[in-house]
Amino acid sequence: MKIVVCIKQVPDTKGGVKFNPDGTLDRGAMLTIMNPDDKAGLEAALRLKDQYGAEVTVVTMGLPKAEEVLREAMAMGADKGVLVTDRVLGGADTWATSTTLAGAIRNLEYDLIITGRQAIDGDTAQVGPQISEHLDIPVISYAQNIKIEGDSVVVERQYEDRYHVVKAKMPCLITALSELNEPRYMTPGGIFDAYKQEITVWGRADLKDVDDANLGLKGSPTKIAKASDKVRKGAGEKVTLDPDESVSYIVDKLKVKHVI
Amino acid sequence: MNLEEYKGVYVFAQQVDNEISSIAFELLGKAKDLAKDLSTDVTAVLIGSGIKGLADQLAEYGADKVIVVDDPELKDYRTEPYAHALASVINQYKPEIMLVGATAIGRDLGPRVSARVATGLTADCTVLEIGDFPLQAVPGQEQLHNQLLMTRPAFGGNTIATIACPYNRPQMATVRAGVMQKITPIKGAKAVVEEFNPGFTPDNKYVEILDIVKSVAETVDIMDAKILVSGGRGVGSPENFKILEDLAEVLGGTVSCSRAVVDSGWKPKDLQVGQTGKTVRPNVYFAIGISGAIQHVAGMEESDIIVAINKDADAPIFDVADYGVVGDLNKIVPKLTEALKAEIAAAK
Amino acid sequence: MDFTLSKEHEMARALFKEFAEKEVKPLAQEVDETEVFPRETVEKMAKLGFLGIPVPKEYGGQGCDPLTYAMCVEELSKVCGTTGVIVSAHTSLCCDPIMTYGTEEQKQKYLVPLAKGEKLGAFGLTEPGAGTDAQGQQTKAVLDGEEWVLNGSKCFITNGKEADVYVIFAITGTVEKRGRLQKEISAFIVEKGTPGFTFGTKEKKMGIRGSSTYELIFTDCRIPKENLLGQQGKGFNIAMHTLDGGRIGIASQALGLAEGALETTIEYVKERKQFGRAIGAFQNTQFQLADMATKVEAAQLLVYKAAMAKATQKVYSVEAAKAKLYAAEVAMEVTTKAVQLHGGYGYIREYDVERMMRDAKITEIYEGTSEVQRMVISGALLK
Repeated sequence: MKIVVCIKQVPDTKGGVKFNPDGTLDRGAMLTIMNPDDKAGLEAALRLKDQYGAEVTVVTMGLPKAEEVLREAMAMGADKGVLVTDRVLGGADTWATSTTLAGAIRNLEYDLIITGRQAIDGDTAQVGPQISEHLDIPVISYAQNIKIEGDSVVVERQYEDRYHVVKAKMPCLITALSELNEPRYMTPGGIFDAYKQEITVWGRADLKDVDDANLGLKGSPTKIAKASDKVRKGAGEKVTLDPDESVSYIVDKLKVKHVI
Repeated sequence: MNLEEYKGVYVFAQQVDNEISSIAFELLGKAKDLAKDLSTDVTAVLIGSGIKGLADQLAEYGADKVIVVDDPELKDYRTEPYAHALASVINQYKPEIMLVGATAIGRDLGPRVSARVATGLTADCTVLEIGDFPLQAVPGQEQLHNQLLMTRPAFGGNTIATIACPYNRPQMATVRAGVMQKITPIKGAKAVVEEFNPGFTPDNKYVEILDIVKSVAETVDIMDAKILVSGGRGVGSPENFKILEDLAEVLGGTVSCSRAVVDSGWKPKDLQVGQTGKTVRPNVYFAIGISGAIQHVAGMEESDIIVAINKDADAPIFDVADYGVVGDLNKIVPKLTEALKAEIAAAK
Repeated sequence: MDFTLSKEHEMARALFKEFAEKEVKPLAQEVDETEVFPRETVEKMAKLGFLGIPVPKEYGGQGCDPLTYAMCVEELSKVCGTTGVIVSAHTSLCCDPIMTYGTEEQKQKYLVPLAKGEKLGAFGLTEPGAGTDAQGQQTKAVLDGEEWVLNGSKCFITNGKEADVYVIFAITGTVEKRGRLQKEISAFIVEKGTPGFTFGTKEKKMGIRGSSTYELIFTDCRIPKENLLGQQGKGFNIAMHTLDGGRIGIASQALGLAEGALETTIEYVKERKQFGRAIGAFQNTQFQLADMATKVEAAQLLVYKAAMAKATQKVYSVEAAKAKLYAAEVAMEVTTKAVQLHGGYGYIREYDVERMMRDAKITEIYEGTSEVQRMVISGALLK
C-alpha cells in the first residue's frame, strides 16, 4: 500500500503567541511546528504502515525551510519526503494550494491520501476536501479509527453528535483530527538518519496537469481585503451596582457578545 | 465567467434526520440583511430525502424561495451526492452568494463544492457584510462595489482577516455556528418552492455508510470547555459551589476553580486553572470570588470574554476582566442564573 | 571555531525538550514528593531509544554521538533531576563500560537489551569505606572453578534496586607497584536475581529523591567466569575511564538543573509584583539574572566541549572534570539564587526551584566530588 500524507509547517500558536510592542503578532519570534492535525494524519499513516505494511510519502508545500517538517516526519518513520516550493506558488489561498498539491500528488502513486483536518494558522479545513475534488476521488473528513478492508478503507467519520462508520474504495482521501491519536515521538537515531536521506524538491514545472491561472497569489480567487492582528486586551469595565442591576448588566453584555 | 449573471443570496439549509439545523436559520437571518443591501432575495437550498415538508419552516425564517433537491441517495449526509446536488444547483441557478454553515457537514461540503464550481471559499466566517473591494480606492485598480466581505479569525483567534472573492462567483463562505442572528419567525410565511433533481448515479465517490452511532456527551475537560464558571476561595464553602454549578448548567458550561479551592480540598486538582493547574481559553470565563493572583491569571487571560464578580473592588482580577462587577456573589450568581434561564427560554 | 549546533542536534534537542515537557515535567513534583522511581517514564524513554543514545545501532542503540546524549540528559534534568540521573547512570556507567571493554558475547547478551531499554543498568564502585578513594575497596571476588565468588557490599548505588544489569568492582588480588603492595581491582557484570546478590537499605536523600539509591550486598554471590569485564586487574582503569564519561552525564544533569531554574525564574520575575511593579523591573533582579545566564552559558560550552572531546579523543578526563566541576557549581549557585529571587514562594515545595536547589547539590558530590575534579584538573596541569 502507498500512502501520501500532506503536512504543513506552521507557527506554534500554542503556549506562547508572541506579540510586538504595538500589540501585533510577532511571527518571526514564534517557533514553527508540524501542524498538529497533520501530525495526527502522519501518525495514522504510520500505524497503517506498522499494521499492514505501507510506503509513506510526506508532501509539503512551502518555503525551502519547510524541509524541516519533512525531516521530522521521516524521523518519525515516513519513508520519503517531497518539498513543493516555488516563488510563483506563494500567496496561495486554499483553491490554489489544493491545485498545487494535487498537481504534485499526480506524480506519485497512492492508495490513500491523508491530510490534517485543518492548519492552526489558517484554520480553514478546506485543502483536504479540495485536493480530493481535483483528483476526483472520495473524501472522508474528520476521520477517526481508520481500518483497511481489502481494497477499501473503513473509517469513523465524526459529526457533532454522532459518527458514521463509512466505507470507501481506495484511492481515497481522509482528513484526520488531532484527537485521532497521540502522535509518536521521533527517535534520536531516526533524526540523524532522516538528515542523511534525499528529499525530492519540485517546482512549478514539476506539477502535473495544472494551469498557471490557478496557482499562487494570482490564481487565488479569494483576496485579503484587510488583515489585522487582534490586540491583546487589558482591563475592561468595572461597575458597582446593586445585585439586580449587576445581573442585568452581565446579561446585556452576554447578549451583545452573542453568548446567549 | 460573466459575473453579472449571478444573482441572489443562497443558503445551504442543512438538515439532519429531516430536522433543519439551527445554523440554517442563522444563515437565513444574515442572508436577509445581505439581500437587502443588494436588493435581491434569499433562496434556501434544501437537500435530503423526504424533506419537502420542511420548506415552510425556511420561509418562516426568511427564505423567499426554496430549492428542494429530494432523492433517496441523499438520506444521510455523504460528501459526493450532496456535493453533486449543491454544485448542480449553483451551476443551474447561478447565485451571487452561497452561504454554508461551518459545521462538520458544511466544512466538508463547502470546499468540495467550491472546488467543483471553481470559486473561492472563505472558512468559518464570523462577520459578513456588503462593501467595496479594495476597501479604499487604489489608483490603477478598479474598485468593485457590492462585494461580499467575509471576516474571519485565524491563528487560533490571534488575527482577524477580511476576505473578498471579487472575480469569481458565487462568493462562498462557511459561517461559524452561533454567531449570526435568526429572525423572529414569521408564522404562516410562504416561499416559492422549486424542486430540482440533477440525477444521481452512484460511483466510487459514493461512500457506503455501514453504521450510524449517535454519541452521548462525555464529561468535559476544562481545557475544552467553551464556557467556564470558575470559583475561588470567595465562594466560601464546597457546598456553595452549587450556585456556580447551576449557572454553568444553564449556559452549558463547566465548573473550574482556583488553586485555593483545590488546596482547601473543595474541588479536585483537574479543575484547577492557573500556573500550577491548567491553562484554559474558553469563549467566556466567569471568575467568581477569585482575587486573580498572577498565578491564576496566567492560566485564563487568553479567554475571549472574562466576567469577574468579586466583592473586593481592588482585586487584581478586575485588571484582566472585560466585565467586572463589584458585589456579593451570593446575591448576584443565583439571580444571574435565573435571569439567563429566562433569557434562553425566551430565545427558543 | 563554530558554535552553532547542526540541524540534527537542534531537532534532537527539540525532541528531548518536547518529551521532557510533556512526559516528565508533570510528574517531577510527585516523583520528588513520594520518592517513587518513575518506572513508566523509563519505559517510555526505552521505547524511544533514549536509553541507548550513544550506543551503535548494531548493538540496539541509536548510533548518536555523545553530544546528543548530553543534550538528552540536559533537557530531562531541566524539568526533573531524578529522570536525568537515571539516564546518565544507565548510559554512562553501565552501557559505556560494556561497550568499551565487553567481549562480543557480553555485548550481545547485555549491551543490546540495555541499549534498547529492555534492561536498566547500574554501576557499583562506591563502598562505605571507599568513595573518593577507590583504592579503599573491600569487596572481594575469588575465582572458584568456572565461577567468581563475590563478597562485600556497595553503597549509594544509583538505579540500585531498579536495575537489571550491574557493573561491579571487586578486589581480585594484590600486585606490587613501585615496591608497594596494591589491591588489584577487576570489573564484573552481575545480573539482578543472582543468588547471593541482595539489596540493603534504601537511602533517603535530600534531592533526586525518585532515583533509587540502594546498598548492594554480595554474600557468596557466584557469577559465571565469563562475566569478568575487561582484563583481570584492569578494574581501576575501567572505573576511572567510565567515570570520565559519567562526569559528562552528571555535568549535563547539573547544566539542565541550572537552565531549568533560570528559565523558571525569568518567567516568575516577569509576573511577580512587589511595590507595584514586576520584580524583574528591579536592577538587582536584572543583574542577578545576567550573572546566572552568563554562567549557565559558560557551563554549557564546557559540557558540550567535553562531550565533543569524548567523540574525538581517546582521553578526555580533564575536559570532563572541568565540565562537571563548573556545571555543578553553577547549578548550585543558580538554583540557590533562583530560590532567593522567588522569595517565600521559592521555599515552598509547589514551586519547582525548591526541588531544583535540592537536586543540584548532589552534582557537586557524586561521580567524583568537586574536590576530586580539582585534583584531576590540577594533576594534569602539574604533570
